[in-house]
Order: sequence, then structure tokens, then C-alpha cells
Amino acid sequence: MLRSETETLGQALIANSDLGARWVFGAGATAAWGQLAGGSCLGNGGGDLRGKSVLVATTDQLTAIATLVELDGVASRLVLYPPDLPVEHLAYAAKTAAADAIVSDRILAGLSLERCSLIVPGALQPSGVALDREQPWQTEWVLLTSGTTGLPKLVAHTLHSLAGAIGKSNDTEGGVTWSTFYDIRRYGGLQIFLRAALTGTSLVLSDALESTADFLERASVHRVTHISGTPTQWRRALMSPAARLITPSYVRLSGEIADQAILDQLRSFYPQARISHAFASTEAGVAFEVKDGIHGFAASIVSQTSGVEMKVENGSLRIRSDRTASRYLNHDARPLKDENGFVDTGDALELRDGRYYFAGRRDGVINVGGLKVHPEEVEEVINRHPQVRMSLVRTKKSPIMGALVVADVVLKTAQGFDARDDRSLQQDILSLCRGALSAHKVPVSITFVATLAVAETGKLIRRNA
Amino acid sequence: MPPWELKADMTVRSEIETQFQQVAQEQDKRLARLTDNLPLLDSGLDSLCFAILVSRLEDLLEVDPFTASEDAVFPLTFGDFVRFYENVAK
Repeated sequence: MLRSETETLGQALIANSDLGARWVFGAGATAAWGQLAGGSCLGNGGGDLRGKSVLVATTDQLTAIATLVELDGVASRLVLYPPDLPVEHLAYAAKTAAADAIVSDRILAGLSLERCSLIVPGALQPSGVALDREQPWQTEWVLLTSGTTGLPKLVAHTLHSLAGAIGKSNDTEGGVTWSTFYDIRRYGGLQIFLRAALTGTSLVLSDALESTADFLERASVHRVTHISGTPTQWRRALMSPAARLITPSYVRLSGEIADQAILDQLRSFYPQARISHAFASTEAGVAFEVKDGIHGFAASIVSQTSGVEMKVENGSLRIRSDRTASRYLNHDARPLKDENGFVDTGDALELRDGRYYFAGRRDGVINVGGLKVHPEEVEEVINRHPQVRMSLVRTKKSPIMGALVVADVVLKTAQGFDARDDRSLQQDILSLCRGALSAHKVPVSITFVATLAVAETGKLIRRNA
Repeated sequence: MPPWELKADMTVRSEIETQFQQVAQEQDKRLARLTDNLPLLDSGLDSLCFAILVSRLEDLLEVDPFTASEDAVFPLTFGDFVRFYENVAK
């Protein structure tokens, strides 16, 4: 855990014991925490970045970790660009974060990044110059999340707010090794990276190019004891016979609503494990953990979680704690918190017999396997089609991904429309979506309807499932 | 097995095969040859593809065996997957 609000990641790492014997295992390369604490993959570039805003957009997670360790307390701002985000949004993110430099091994040709210098990271080397961490910067950490317009939202944290839920671990003596299906550039993955770094435990990283079976096999070789992922990632893992190779003592779910089926399946797969599902979001931070193996959460959690204040107002969960983000960097964004400092999670709750259950989103946001989809951004693309008058994008429950995106579409030529053309027009609209949207945002089905309900405000009425 | 049941089973299988091919094509995935022993994780489809597949099959066959049973264990091979649907469709 962090010993003070100003402690940097590098300082916290060095404070751990056994740094040379604790490792970060990537799919391709491995580094000891000790190497990461005293190393550099930016060469002299790292020293030049003092007080600068730096966007980190590496393909490789281990290089990203090395960069974060090297630059926390040095750079004024670190922006974590997730690898699954289209490279086209990079110029927008760099501009919004007023980035001075981009650390990336990706091909950025054609992007207008005139203000930024580009640093291509090299192999991790022992740092020649001891970086001046005596007077560290309070580096702002920025995570990216999906926005209504299709452009990413930039969410500002500090290392302190990100690490707020990471306390002293009682497990370290037993030889903990952490792993996660998440990428560490996503909030859920960043939590596990920081947990491993701050508690001095080994960490096994996933890799986007690796099969689930190969990842589980590596996790087994490195004797992973603690492992986290979204319900969707866990459902996929349990499809693999390799899921039997690991014998974790702790299994964590987050990023999506955990249903009873996945909790029960994990219980039967890993009878020795403590299984918990956590409520956390990029904006609201880590709020609480549910340990009783039942979906939803006991109402008492709302009033009895230390360090986190929660309330249910207008049917949605609001959170105030020192783990929440401070603000959005986007100029056009609404405030992240209300005047009393509460973050509205937008998650609707229903109270039944002393337990809260999640009942969709108030703002209609659809959570597809842990990735947010704003209906408006999909509707905007569908509405570009010359034959579409208006559309409504809504959620469809999925036993695999939690939710999927479907669309109701009103056509301009509702009268005399030939039903035989349905299929080719559906395909036409879908191919428009595929060209403009990430795969998880493309509707899985399109239904042509005669009308859509519109409220007096002129807005579409969204019924949230 | 009476011939009409055999026919019904064949329909479920061929519908599933068609949908595997269609979803793979739409999502730009290279689909492995669909044999009964093919592990689903080696089929070339990701979680999103399977989610779309289950959604489409629910529309076409009017069954969702994953939701129908709370303790359903996900099938591991293509053959298991087909039988999973055949058992519910019966």
C-alpha cells in the first residue's frame, strides 16, 4: 500500500522486500520488479519528460508497466491508451490531454500529432541516471473510457485514488501470485497491476494475441493464486479444459454484473477458492466487494463499507470516496461529480428482501462484456443511412457477454415498404455500422418498426432492461 | 428414433453450422472445420461471436439453453454445443 499521498510508484516498489524474486511475467518477456524499479526503457527520453504530459500507447503491457514505473513522479500526466482503442482516436486523446510526448511502438503515420514528440520504447535497461525522485511530481493518471459521441472520455485519477482500495495484504506470506484477464490499461487490470506492485507480489500478464488456453497454461506454470476478470472473460475461460490447470485460492469478478450462474460455475470449478465480485468503475473507483457468493449485494453494504459513502438516489447508486476520479479532461464533458462530491454510477438498483440487485442503467449505457456502449453513438451511425428516419438502440441480455446491442429502426419509407427487401437493407445498415464502430458496438440484430416512443421533451423514451 | 425426430435434429445441426459460418464471416474470423471433436475455443470465434451466435439461434430456434438452465455448463466441443441445443429443442 502507499505510505503517503505523495509516494510514487517507484518509491513504493523499492519499499517492498524480495524485489529480485518477484516477477512480472508477460507472454513474451519477463522482468523482476527490481529491474522495473531501477530500469528504463525510454533511455534518456525518460529524464527529459519531467513535468510533461505523456501519452503511453504501447502494444505490450510489460513495456507500459516499465514506462509507468519510470515516469510516475516524473511526468505531470500519464495517459494510459488501451490497445483495443482505434489508433484514430489517438490524436484526439493527445490533444485533450495536452500531451507533450507519446510513448508508442505503434504505427502512427497519418495522425496529426504536431505538438507531440514520439518516443519509441526500447528494451528495459538498468537506468544510467538515477531519476530525481526526491521532489516528485504529483503525476495525474488518466484512463480512457467510452463516451456518448464515440470519442473516448479521459478520466483523471491520481496514484492515490487508484490505489485507495489496496490495503495491506494478509496473504503475502503464503506466496501470492496475481493474474488478470484484463489488460492493465483498463481500470480492472490497472487495479491488479497496482495491487501486485504495491504489495510486492508476482504478476502474470495476459496477452491479446494469446489464446485463453495458452494464457491459463502460463498462469498454471507460474502458480497463480489470485486471479481476476470480467464475468465474460470467466465464461470464456471455463469453456477451456485448461481452466482445470489452475487452482486459485482467490477468484475475483468485476467490470460487469456477475449473475448467479457464473458465480455457481466458478464455485464448482474452484471449490477451494474464495470467490468475490467487486463493484468498481473507472469514474467511481472501487466501491465494495461481495464475498457471499450470491449475486447482487446485501443492503447493509451501502452503509457499512469503510472509506466509501454510498447512497441510492432516484434509483441509481451514487458513490463518494477518495477512490473516485477527480474530473473529465474533455472540455465538453458534464461534471464527473455532483456538488456534494458524489459520482452517479448510472447503475439502477432494485431492493428485494434486504438485498440490492442491479437492474440495468439509467442512462441506457449497455455493458457488453465489460465494455461500455452508449446507445447514442450507435444511433448516430445508423441514422446516417439514407433510408433511416430514426433508431433506438437498446440492450438484449446475453448469457455469454452479459448484454448485447440491438436496434429498432424506423424507415423513411414505412408505407409500401417491401418486406422482401428487409434482409438486404438490414445488411446494408449493419455494414455501415461495422465500418464505423468497434465490433462490440455493432447491433446483433435490427428490427424495423413503424414508430418509436418520443417523450414530451422530444427525446426518445429509453426503457432500460 | 422416429424419422421426424431425426429430421428435426438434422435441422438443428445444419442451422447451427450455417450460423457459425455466417457469424465468422461477419466478424471477419477464420472458422475451423466444424467437426464434433473441435474444441469451441479452437473454432476461431471469440466471446462476442459466441454471444451473437447464441442470440441468433435463440431467434431462429426459439430456445436459449444457456438461460433455460441456471447451472448450465458451457459445452467444450462443437459436438457438445449441437447436442446442447438438440436436447433443449426436443
